[in-house]
Amino acid sequence: MNQRTGRLRGKVALVTGGAMGIGLATARRFAAEGAFTYIADVEKPAPGELSVEGAEEITYVDLDVTDEVAWAEAVDDILERDERLDILVNNAGVIDYAGIADVTAEAWARVVAVDQTGVFLGTRAALKPMLAQRSGSIINLSSAWGVVGSEGVAAYQAAKGGVRGLTRNTAVTYARDGVRANTVIPGWIRTPLAERQAEEKNAEVIGLTPLGFGGDPDDIAWGCVYLASDESRYVTGSELVIDGGLLAR
Amino acid sequence: MHDLTGRVALVTGAAQGIGHAVATALAEAGATVVATDVRDQSDLGDHIRTRSHDVTDAERWAAVVAEIEADHGRLDILVNNAGVSGYDQLHELSLEEWNRIIGINQTGVLLGMQHALRLMRPARSGAIVNISSICGATSVPGVAAYHASKHAVLTMTKNAAVSYAREGIRANAVLPGWIRTPLTLGQTDELNGAFLDATPMGVGGDPEDVAAAVCFLVSDQARFITGVDLPVDGGYLAR
Ligand SMILES: NC(=O)c1ccc[n+]([C@@H]2O[C@H](COP(=O)([O-])OP(=O)(O)OC[C@H]3O[C@@H](n4cnc5c(N)ncnc54)[C@H](O)[C@@H]3O)[C@@H](O)[C@H]2O)c1
Ligand SMILES: NC(=O)c1ccc[n+]([C@@H]2O[C@H](COP(=O)([O-])OP(=O)(O)OC[C@H]3O[C@@H](n4cnc5c(N)ncnc54)[C@H](O)[C@@H]3O)[C@@H](O)[C@H]2O)c1
Repeated sequence: MNQRTGRLRGKVALVTGGAMGIGLATARRFAAEGAFTYIADVEKPAPGELSVEGAEEITYVDLDVTDEVAWAEAVDDILERDERLDILVNNAGVIDYAGIADVTAEAWARVVAVDQTGVFLGTRAALKPMLAQRSGSIINLSSAWGVVGSEGVAAYQAAKGGVRGLTRNTAVTYARDGVRANTVIPGWIRTPLAERQAEEKNAEVIGLTPLGFGGDPDDIAWGCVYLASDESRYVTGSELVIDGGLLAR
Repeated sequence: MHDLTGRVALVTGAAQGIGHAVATALAEAGATVVATDVRDQSDLGDHIRTRSHDVTDAERWAAVVAEIEADHGRLDILVNNAGVSGYDQLHELSLEEWNRIIGINQTGVLLGMQHALRLMRPARSGAIVNISSICGATSVPGVAAYHASKHAVLTMTKNAAVSYAREGIRANAVLPGWIRTPLTLGQTDELNGAFLDATPMGVGGDPEDVAAAVCFLVSDQARFITGVDLPVDGGYLAR
């Protein structure tokens, strides 16, 4: 049914970091809107999460987004099965809380590899079918901490800032090839990542949020549905902020 | 697509172009739409209530919103879309022309938000979308007063977002790039060509593209979105 009526009917979508949190919510909304949906992650989603009522089963792909070879294989597998790739959400991410004086070279390299180089590798792999199709929508997850300064989180801030520049570059370079690229900038969202953070840090960010509450993964998922769908066909290079007003302050 | 059944919406400048598409899309999503303009709006269809209204006229704002209150007891959505362009460069801009453009594009938005807030604040809910422009976030030569007014719309939107967030009211801005409307189709080919050349996609957008962004922003799917600028511009601002 959704394959005929949904906002993403007939589209093929890949969401990285889709085992939990924002990525999982996004993949489930995509499936419910009629997309043939893949999630790529280094962890398996909880049992039952791949099934969405009235929708095609979501397919899990074991993929480390820092692995160049695995990216090529993952995209080839999707093309073999579904012959196209319309939507890529580069969502997989990790965080490190150290300030620049304390951040280790290992932690720095790890965060930049997943959060920034992973976006580059994913974008490059997806452009292969998208440029051939002359259509596609790429959605990259940055963060409010990719926009304004926050104490600590040095590597994360650098990588998330890098994602914004990379997205604009993708948008401008491939706009005439029918490929769109947009950044989503979440504020505080209730996910396993946020729940692992220190309680004071969470209370502080929610306290600073004008709307006065934390967001749910679905709040980001709906933004991704809009950017993935043809409703946003004239939107590229934009930054969709979903943060309860945090950055408007 | 979006279910806005039961919502009451007010759209300004709805006789043509972007406002016309927004009013039509909100009605299609199930909202009760009141459309206003200084021009004749008879082609909007019977399901949309039309009112004659100059957005610079505070008394008319009061009357239009009072009528909505009497008829529906609520106002959930306000789209401040009415706007005019002005092409004068700074050195040749008259004070009269400055006041005219600021009056419609900027003070008109202020009045709209003030009057809508009268109904939205007691209800502790509401969604406002103000139509700015790529000229609200960047600079192009000339269009001095238009620039100022559209930048002001962005800052006013953020001010409203931050001021009324705890009262459940959201305010966001949409920044259209080159959209095919009577406004742009009336411009010189030279100006239009320059805009489209500077647009990464290389083509213009349609009023429906802006309407889709507005429908998303006023829907519950955007309940965590406030104080943002959303361009619908074919990549113009990304350069
Ligand atoms: N939660 C928030 O408040 C918040 C705020 C701003 C930005 N974000 C961003 O949103 C994205 C999702 O965040 P979340 O809160 O859902 O996080 P999460 O930790 O709950 O989920 C992240 C997922 O990414 C996967 N992942 C990590 N490394 C990977 C790798 N190398 N390859 C493949 N998958 C990998 C994890 O296994 C996990 O399933 C991240 O990019 C994050 O930076 C989150
Ligand atoms: N078309 C574009 O490319 C473009 C780009 C950026 C921003 N915008 C903005 O979008 C909005 C709509 O533009 P459009 O292209 O549809 O223009 P348009 O000229 O086609 O339509 C504007 C409507 O506003 C009405 N209006 C003008 N002054 C008014 C007043 N004082 N009170 C009430 N109504 C009034 C007009 O009668 C007209 O029906 C404007 O705010 C404009 O600045 C348009």
